[in-house]
Amino acid sequence: MALSTEESGRLAALLSGQNERVTTRWTEIVTSSLRGRLSQAELRRQVQDLHSAIVATGEQGTIDLSADNAGELRAALSELSRGRARQGFSATETTISIFALKDVLAELVQESGGPNALQDYVAFSKLVDEMGLFTFESFVRTRESLIADQAEQLLELSTPVVKLWEGVVAVPLVGTLDSARAQVVMERLLQTLVDTGSPYAIIDITGVPAVDTQVAQHILKTVVAARLMGADCIISGIRPQIAQTIVALGIEFGDIATKASLADALRHVLRLTGVETARRPPRRAV
Amino acid sequence: MERVPILKIGDILLVSIQLDMSDQTAVQLQEDLAERIVDTGCHGVIIDITALDIVDSFVGRMLSTIASISKVLDAETVVVGMRPAVAITLVELGLSLNGIRTALNVERGMELIAAAHADELDYQLDDDSDAETATP
Repeated sequence: MALSTEESGRLAALLSGQNERVTTRWTEIVTSSLRGRLSQAELRRQVQDLHSAIVATGEQGTIDLSADNAGELRAALSELSRGRARQGFSATETTISIFALKDVLAELVQESGGPNALQDYVAFSKLVDEMGLFTFESFVRTRESLIADQAEQLLELSTPVVKLWEGVVAVPLVGTLDSARAQVVMERLLQTLVDTGSPYAIIDITGVPAVDTQVAQHILKTVVAARLMGADCIISGIRPQIAQTIVALGIEFGDIATKASLADALRHVLRLTGVETARRPPRRAV
Repeated sequence: MERVPILKIGDILLVSIQLDMSDQTAVQLQEDLAERIVDTGCHGVIIDITALDIVDSFVGRMLSTIASISKVLDAETVVVGMRPAVAITLVELGLSLNGIRTALNVERGMELIAAAHADELDYQLDDDSDAETATP
């Protein structure tokens, strides 16, 4: 799909000969497609970068996107698509910036005429297609890495282990519990038990939207693992609907203590550790 | 042959397993421990497995056997210092080490044994007082 040496030379000459006109026209087309979401000056700068990259590559000989000498062009293209992906543009809005070059080239080739104008235009437009595809692919790559980063951040954010009392830690679970998250929660909770030497842990599932057999299995495994290490677990924050689901599914929590709210669970643990929680007499009005 | 040292602290025997257990070492440890419990009359055994990276069904069975032997000799066994990774593996394997008491660290294990022993003493004292009141 590479351009021949003569074609590359003609493309470079065509583009560099009318430098100012090409960039202006190109920028115009891109601006109208993006409806003013990027400033004209910034678009012009991007277009100029691409333009000079194409010209520089064309002057060195054949333009082939996969070749070594097209490194600068590839860098310019992926820079553009990375920027667009991060700013939240769609794939169409990103690749149209490249395809706009076709319109510009069509005008230029038509004006210059010549015996092999049609042939040249077909070859140029193939190159533009290739550049478009490359841009699209790096756009998708950027998006995918963004999603992966966010998933990782979510994993870190959503599983804090907090200390409630001397020797009592709690894990407020928020969101759906899949195998990966359950594993992270389990490891973090057990590690915290070791680090703080707390013999009691409360697993609060107020924020878990649904409890099915799999989620219950994960929670039970965590409790059994904590028991093996010598710590007791209490499950709290069971909402009425969840209690009904648990019974309907036939999930058995065995001898694991379950409480309706985190406060109940804490009171239960404090009673076990022998801390007195007496009610204060009502305050007298002054 | 390598032997696992058994340390006496007050009323408790402390066994810290630092090496990979083989059949022979395990049998030797069971014999040594039974002898020491009888010799010293201790009421608690703490087995520290902090240093163990791998606990398989063999080690699990050894711990169960030691707990049973100690129980016969009137000593409470507590396994302490199990690592999170080990606990997760045991759960995944479906081994729950039934009949073995566990604690997070040696200190908690000693508290557990002290509490269990105190309960027992209370119970015996109650028995005595009941016996006294029963006989005119």
